[in-house]
Amino acid sequence: MSEPRTLLAIDHVSKNFGRVTAVDGISLDIRENEFFALLGPSGCGKTTLLRMLAGFETPSDGRILLDGNDIARTPPNKRPVNLMFQSYALFPHMSVRANVSYGLEMERLPSAEIRSRVDAILATTELVPFADRKPEQLSGGQKQRVALARALVKRPRLLLLDEPLGALDKKLRGAMQLELKRLQHEVGITFVIVTHDQEESLVMADRMAVLRDGKLLQCDTPHAVYEHPADRFVADFIGVMNFVSGKASPDGVVAVNGARIAGRVPTALTPGASAVASVRPERVRLFPEAESANRTTGVVEALAYQGLDLQLHVRTPRSPKPFLVRVTADAADRRPVASGDHVELGWDAADVRIFAE
Amino acid sequence: MRSFTPSRSSLLMAPALVWLIALMVVPCVLVLALAFFRRGIYGGIDYTFTLENFGLVFDPLYAGIFLKSARIAGTATLIAVVIGYAAAYAIAAAPRRWQSVFLFFAVLPFWSNYLIRTYAWIVLLNRQGLITQLLRWLGYTGEPPSMLYTEGAVIAGLVYNYLPFVILACYAPLSRLNPELAEASRDLGASAMTTFRRVILPLTVPGIAAGAVFVFVLSIGNFVTPALLGGGRFQMIGNLVYDQFLTANDWPFGAALAMALIAIMLLVLTAQAIAANRASGRVEAAEGNANG
Repeated sequence: MSEPRTLLAIDHVSKNFGRVTAVDGISLDIRENEFFALLGPSGCGKTTLLRMLAGFETPSDGRILLDGNDIARTPPNKRPVNLMFQSYALFPHMSVRANVSYGLEMERLPSAEIRSRVDAILATTELVPFADRKPEQLSGGQKQRVALARALVKRPRLLLLDEPLGALDKKLRGAMQLELKRLQHEVGITFVIVTHDQEESLVMADRMAVLRDGKLLQCDTPHAVYEHPADRFVADFIGVMNFVSGKASPDGVVAVNGARIAGRVPTALTPGASAVASVRPERVRLFPEAESANRTTGVVEALAYQGLDLQLHVRTPRSPKPFLVRVTADAADRRPVASGDHVELGWDAADVRIFAE
Repeated sequence: MRSFTPSRSSLLMAPALVWLIALMVVPCVLVLALAFFRRGIYGGIDYTFTLENFGLVFDPLYAGIFLKSARIAGTATLIAVVIGYAAAYAIAAAPRRWQSVFLFFAVLPFWSNYLIRTYAWIVLLNRQGLITQLLRWLGYTGEPPSMLYTEGAVIAGLVYNYLPFVILACYAPLSRLNPELAEASRDLGASAMTTFRRVILPLTVPGIAAGAVFVFVLSIGNFVTPALLGGGRFQMIGNLVYDQFLTANDWPFGAALAMALIAIMLLVLTAQAIAANRASGRVEAAEGNANG
């Protein structure tokens, strides 16, 4: 497969508001036709970055190249980029059809073309029965689809989505995650989504960037970010993680209480430096085989049944916080555990990630 | 919301109702009754029923004054809406903490007396006034312009006095407008001007209408401003009513004129109320659908 083409290059972009630096020298490439997620806690600069891509903010420094042209100073109405607002920002005095037609009217297209393109996108987003309704007459999910249709009908080079699922309830959100991905494939437009929900970006994104305090921490596929987090913050922010603090040793981390966690130590960490070892709950086995590099015993403190799997809180001598262990429903059925049980835990050195602290 | 028992709510409403009936309904009914009597020979009232006072209202002389008053009130309304909307827009766009300061200054003239405010315009507009002096200072040597005691002076006085109403009425919907709507319009390819015309203006029309009705209704019946800034020669319908009661001593005809004026005001207010009601009714129906 040939190397995918870069559509948008964010080149050392910074944005200051007075003395506050909202975005601090971020560089990243967004590829043609990918579903890209900007992820981070609130205040990390992801929304400011998105607003610079849309044209509502001008970078204090750096370039934004779309197909090689710097658009950093191009006004929003002159960019082939559209934004789906978090509040949807539907025009309340216009019908669904008028909302969706608006952007094409601005391009002064012939009315026959506007009509056919609007009809097509209303069909794609299953909004035909609601075409004559006003936004107040729509449910949250319908409003979201109108906002999406209104942006998509413009056939932008890049579609920006600001927390697109934030206003929906949990069940609808799950359905819309897949729906958005399907739509993105169907229309063949590059999507950049901003979210604070790590699960959402894992599910939807082809690649994702994790931001914190205006800086880029990691940019990779969800799988790579989940399995090989760049630092302790990313490891903690994405998914669930067990941490044991201590000092780096040549073959792992020595915990404060003397317990050893075996794992590969990054070359940057000199022995004796403060370090933290981590392992995902689903990589920890209950009743492990003898060859596990890391073994410990503990007492089950609490069980959280989640349908698909069972989450155990196990008190161990390894760390002050209970260890989280995820057991599939299947395994739990075969060997039931109850609160108060003494259990043995084990995990491989290969599943341990060690970070500087 | 707390619900009140009917008896308690009528108890709470009683003072306002008494006030309204004693000071609004009763005098209006009395004035209305007056309009159906004849003028006595020595200026008193001759209690015989007649409709000729209302016929006289449509006499070209008086109908002309009605039309002139409507034209002046309409012009003042138009100017006040343009200036007031622009001011409200600027205030709503200012940083939050400054908005209340600007609003305070916009409403500040209200704290002084209406007469004094209007007299101030005489100081500005008369032949030796500030504007003439300013022109002189700029090098103008010709005849000082006659600005006072003109229709323009009356309109300026009306606009000045009622501008704060328009600013307040327009500020409310402008400040409540989601700024993302304007951004969405820009994002979809609209220029700033098109965004204003197609998104901001239509969504703030209720405020404009409320402010405009206020200025029009207060202007068309105004008699202080035309008396002071229009000079003795200048008559609006308010001055005519005033003259009938206090100079000509023809109370029945004055009452008929007053009733005609009230009818015009009610017409304008009803039209606005129906329009506003229809707009909010649509929203309620929409909300009902969304919930149902």
